[in-house]
Amino acid sequence: MSDDSTSTRTHQAGAFDIRNIIGALMGVYGVILALAGLFGDPELEKTGDVNANLWTGLALVVVAVAFLAWARLKPIEVPEEFDRPDDDPTRPAPQRKRPPAQ
Amino acid sequence: MSSDTLIDASWLDYLLVAIYFGFVLGIGVMARRSVSDSIDFFLSGRSLPAWVTGLAFISANLGAVEIMGMSANGAEIGLPTVHYFWVGAVPAMLFLGVVMMPFYYGSKVRSVPEFMFKRFGTGAHLVNAISFAVAQLLIAGVNLALLAGIVSALLGWPTWIALIVAAVIVLSYITLGGLSAAIYNEVLQFFVIVAALTPLTLIGLNRVGGWSGLTDKITEAASSAPASAEVASAEQQLNSWPGQALAGFDSGLLSVIGIVFGLGFVLSFGYWTTNFVEVQRAMASNSISAARKTPIIGAFPKMFIPFIVIVPGMISAVLVKEMIDLKGGGTPSGGASGDVTYNDALLLLMRDVLPNGLLGLAIAGLLAAFMAGMAANISAFNTVFSYDLWQRYIRKDHSDDYYLRIGRLATIAATVIAIFTAQIAMGYDNVMNYLQTLFGFFNAPLFATFILGMFWKRMTPTAGWVGLVFGTLSAIAVDRLAAAGVIDLPGQGAAFLAASTAFVVDIALSVVVSLVTKPKPASELKGLVYSETPREDLVDPDEAAMPWYRRTIPLAGIALAMVVVLNFAF
Repeated sequence: MSDDSTSTRTHQAGAFDIRNIIGALMGVYGVILALAGLFGDPELEKTGDVNANLWTGLALVVVAVAFLAWARLKPIEVPEEFDRPDDDPTRPAPQRKRPPAQ
Repeated sequence: MSSDTLIDASWLDYLLVAIYFGFVLGIGVMARRSVSDSIDFFLSGRSLPAWVTGLAFISANLGAVEIMGMSANGAEIGLPTVHYFWVGAVPAMLFLGVVMMPFYYGSKVRSVPEFMFKRFGTGAHLVNAISFAVAQLLIAGVNLALLAGIVSALLGWPTWIALIVAAVIVLSYITLGGLSAAIYNEVLQFFVIVAALTPLTLIGLNRVGGWSGLTDKITEAASSAPASAEVASAEQQLNSWPGQALAGFDSGLLSVIGIVFGLGFVLSFGYWTTNFVEVQRAMASNSISAARKTPIIGAFPKMFIPFIVIVPGMISAVLVKEMIDLKGGGTPSGGASGDVTYNDALLLLMRDVLPNGLLGLAIAGLLAAFMAGMAANISAFNTVFSYDLWQRYIRKDHSDDYYLRIGRLATIAATVIAIFTAQIAMGYDNVMNYLQTLFGFFNAPLFATFILGMFWKRMTPTAGWVGLVFGTLSAIAVDRLAAAGVIDLPGQGAAFLAASTAFVVDIALSVVVSLVTKPKPASELKGLVYSETPREDLVDPDEAAMPWYRRTIPLAGIALAMVVVLNFAF
């Protein structure tokens, strides 16, 4: 929240900012697809003479760069104090180590 | 078929699928272990950017129904399918944001059974909890059937083995904590699906010669199809209104009424305003204003999703050999579940036009959507079964560990049951017909009881459960009559009629029963009934100071104008 600037005890979300995660996944996909388009069989009879892997790969790289740049330019500030999520007790998964939020 | 499997995936495709699962499970494990404050911050949902909650909101719904059901529908009846978006979703999402959300947010209700219990007491709560649990099991079966379809298309295994393998995959996804990072997964899933379906649509259009090539081919196919195939005319397939092919009425006027009332009002408002799987995304926001904007922001991408799910279905119907044969009245073999059905439209198009690489991206997107969808159904079932049914009615006052064990058993039992409910789903050659039928049984009466109970304080506890029971029974009766051939409505007309009947029966019975039974005192209805809730609980005082593009009403107005334009354009 922008008007919480009085309490300056914040830090940036960093690698766990969802935009960085989107950027990372799209970037990995983009590079792999672009390489597949350059060096693999483009299967032009399927796509109607378009190197679809290459173009999709390039488009995904652009999307990835946009997300990473957005996260870099306007980082999300994580306050020191916030409501931590409750662990969902109905799921048969390893439980969170610390006690759930109040 | 020349090869043993429907889809010929290479190591490259499996690599892309593996990367996606690596991301999702990795985030899940990190979230479980709480390695960073930032993760907790995102999972708690507090003060998340509105575009994130908005995308999570529609992504929670962008599962099996949207992708396979809408493309199947697009292949079968063409453009009228857009009504599921422009009539059947966007107006209800705007209504949710503008009218209902302040009320939910102010009343602090966190689930539908909880609202039912507070508003009407035990009877309505029990009926609602049971019907919700059953609905989740049936819908989990739909997701599982589609997931198994992909597994069997990829690996060429028989259906029943694919079903068991798919069920094991979902169980391990739930167990490994993939669900605990739901908001990350949903947003990632949205981008993967868009990244896969957009090239699929563009390449498909390129193959058929652009939009004009597509319309020419549909016109040609419709005029040459034998009458026995009962294919809708090209005129009907290429214009959204009046949509006889969707509603199943011969008359254009009745068709418009059927779509607007049956789909646009009862089914869609019922779905979007009472579906707490989605509403909870918005409830996690940091203010009433942000909660209201979540579905409204979601409405913008939602408007354009039909172009990447329905159009590929339409292309598939004129480009893929088996689909052309099916639509021409034949029964080609080789689909994901034996004979080719409309449900296979998207998979077959992927096989024909996507090179290895993009194919893997598309498979990752589909697997992710169905798996997350089924996991959400199972988890919702689990919550309602353990707490709303078992704890409240069967074994009270046991330890937390006890209910946790019950929850684990419920998860496994639900997965096993879903293997059987998947068999029912596989009996429908267009899964959309089945889903709309289910929504008619469960959501339409619920919406009627919900909305009447919210706005009419005289409505009594007895009316609450009587309306629900007889609303559902009347929808089942209409569906059985349609199945027996007494009512003859092809397409999804029978489902729309069943839903409308359930709504009307529920409202009528609730009013009659309310007039002869005793209402709850007004003091117990604060926060549950509109007229008993103070106005200041419903507005956000900060919103007036925001610029117009961040306020609820102007945003909703723009979305509404855009959807009207889209309706005229197509």
